[in-house]
Amino acid sequence: MKLSQGFRMAFKSVWSNKLRTALSMLGILIGVATVIALVGMGQGSQKEVEDQVASLGTNSLSVTISGRGTTTSLSLEDALALAEITNIEAVSPTVSGSATVKYEKTSTDVTVEGITGHYEVVNDFSVQSGRYIAPIDVRNTQKVALIGVDTAEELFGNEDPVGEVILVNGSRFTIVGLLEAKGSTLTGSNDEKILIPITTAQKMFDSVGVRSINIKVEDMDRMDATVSALEASLLETFRGDDSSYRVFNQEDAVETLNAVNETMNTMLLYVAAITLLVGGIGVMNIMLVSVTERTREIGIRKSLGAKRRDIMFQFLVEAVVISGMGGALGIGTGYLGSYIIGIADGTDTSVPFTTVIIAFAFSAFVGVVFGLFPANKASRLKPVDALRHD
Amino acid sequence: MTGAKQDALIEISNLVKQYVMGKETVTVLKGVSLHVYPGDFVAIVGPSGSGKSTMMNVIGCLDTPTEGSYKLDGTEVRGLSDDKLADIRNKKIGFIFQGFHLLPKLTALENCELPLIYRGLPAKQRRELALTALEQVGLGERVHHRPSELSGGQQQRVAIARALATNPPILLADEPTGALDMKTGQEVLGLMEELNRQGHTIVLITHDMDVAKRAKRTVVMRDGVLTEERRYGHEAEPRVQDGVQERLVEQA
Repeated sequence: MKLSQGFRMAFKSVWSNKLRTALSMLGILIGVATVIALVGMGQGSQKEVEDQVASLGTNSLSVTISGRGTTTSLSLEDALALAEITNIEAVSPTVSGSATVKYEKTSTDVTVEGITGHYEVVNDFSVQSGRYIAPIDVRNTQKVALIGVDTAEELFGNEDPVGEVILVNGSRFTIVGLLEAKGSTLTGSNDEKILIPITTAQKMFDSVGVRSINIKVEDMDRMDATVSALEASLLETFRGDDSSYRVFNQEDAVETLNAVNETMNTMLLYVAAITLLVGGIGVMNIMLVSVTERTREIGIRKSLGAKRRDIMFQFLVEAVVISGMGGALGIGTGYLGSYIIGIADGTDTSVPFTTVIIAFAFSAFVGVVFGLFPANKASRLKPVDALRHD
Repeated sequence: MTGAKQDALIEISNLVKQYVMGKETVTVLKGVSLHVYPGDFVAIVGPSGSGKSTMMNVIGCLDTPTEGSYKLDGTEVRGLSDDKLADIRNKKIGFIFQGFHLLPKLTALENCELPLIYRGLPAKQRRELALTALEQVGLGERVHHRPSELSGGQQQRVAIARALATNPPILLADEPTGALDMKTGQEVLGLMEELNRQGHTIVLITHDMDVAKRAKRTVVMRDGVLTEERRYGHEAEPRVQDGVQERLVEQA
C-alpha cells in the first residue's frame, strides 16, 4: 500500500468522525497553544530585560555601603580614592533623595541625585544641551542642576529649560543642562530626575558620606581581579568588617536574570511535556476505542488481503493525523494568543520559528508514540475473530 | 467433470483443526479430505455446529489447519505466516460473506477497490478493474452509492464484484443468500451460476439444501467429517432421494 493512499484513507476516517476527532485533538491543541503563547511572552520579556541590562552597561560595578556601627557611609574623599585602584576608569559616587521641584506655579516630585562629573562617563548619560556638572561645582557646592527630559517637559513645556531657575525643596537652583532622553531602566525612570553636585546634595539631604558608588572598569577581562582589589580596599577602610559593603557586578545581574529566565523556560518545558503527555493519552484512548469499534472493519480488510503492517500503518497514521492537526491548530491558536497578549499588555512578544517546528514535530511524535499501542493491537487481531465481532 | 484431469485447485487431505477452549481441546475438523478442480461449483452443506464455518475459514486462509495438508493452487498453506496468508487471500480468494461485509463509509466503487489497494495497484488500474467488476454484476449505474443506499441484493452484488475485482481463481461464498429474501437470493444464486459458466471456480458453504442444489457438486459435513460426496451431472437430472442423507441436511 502506498504512503499517499494511507494518508488519504486516514484523513477520510478522521474526517468522518469530526466531533470525536476535534475532542481528542483538544488536549494536544491546548498543550501546544499554551507553550507557544508562553514562549512568545517569555521571549518578549527576556528581550526587554536584556535590553535594559545592556543599557546599564556590563563593564560597571556598583558598591553599596551599609556601614558598621556609627560609620554608616564612606566619606566622599575615600570614595573618590577608589579610582586609584588599577583598571578602574572612573568612580561616580552618588547621594540621592527625593525633592519637590517648583518652577513658577508648577511643581512636581522627582528623584534628586548628587553626582560628580564622572557620572557622565560611568552611567553613559550625557546632556543634549547646556553643560555638565563641573568639578568646580562640586568643590564650591554650587546650586546648579541638570534636568531630565520628562521633568523638563512637565515644568517648562516645550521651552528651553537651560538657564532657568527652579526651586528644589525651596532652594534656588540654576539649570545648566538638559539631559538626553534615556528611558527607563531597572532602577527606574532616567528622564524624571534632577542631577546636582554631590556636595550640594549632601547638604540638602543632610548626609555626611556616600552610600552608593558606581564604578566603570577599563578592561572587562580583569573584572574579577578588580573586584577583589576593590573589596580589599573597602575591607581596610571598614577595618575588617566585610558586611558593611556590597560590591555588585552588572555581569552578575545579567547572569541572575538569565538564570531566572532559564528556570522559567525549564518549567515551561515541563508544563509542555505534561500537557502533551495528557493530550497523547487522550489520543491513545480514542484510538483504542476506535480499534474496538472497527474490529469488523479490520477483519474485512484483513480478509481482503491487508497485511499486519497495512493495518498498523492505517491506525498509526490516523493517530499522527489527529495529533499533528491538533499541534498545527495549537500553533495557530498560540500564535494568535501571544499576539493578543502582546497588544493587551503592551509588551513585545515573539515566537521563534524553531519553537514552532519543535512543537509541531513533538505533537506528531506524540501521535506516533501513543498510536503505536492501539495500532499494534489492531494489527494483531486474527481475521476470523475480527470478522465475527459485531 | 471438465476439470477432472487437471491439477486440483484445492487439495485438502486428512485435515484436522483443533481449538483450545480453556483446558479442553475441541477437535472441530476430524480428518477431512476434499479436492476442488478448476471450474467446479462445490457446495459444502451441513447443520450448524458441523464445522463447515471452520472449513470455510481454513479454505479461505483465515485460519490455519492444526494437522494434515491444505494445498491451494499448489501451495501448502499450513505453517505460513500471517502476512503470507494475507497475500494468498488477496490473490487467490474472493470472499462473498453472508453479512456482505462491506465498509459502510465507502462507496460501492471504493469497496471494490479495497483488495486492489492492498495488492498495490495504481489508482487508475484499480478504478478500471473495480468498474468492470461492478458492471459484470449489473451495478454499473450505482458505483457511487454507499452500502446504506443500496438494497440487500445490490449490496451482495457489490460484495461479489469486490470478490471478482482481483480475478481470483476461487470464489468462496459463505451463506451468500442467508441475509436475503427468497427472490433476491435466487437472483444472487443465478449470478453465481452465471459466473461458474464463465469459468470461475466456486465453493459455496450453506446449511440450505435448496441452495446447495444449485451447485454442480455437493459435499455434506457432519460432526467434523465430510461424510458423503455426491455428484450431479450438468443437466441437473432429477436427484435420487437418499432418505438418510436428506434427513441429515434437513436438521440444519
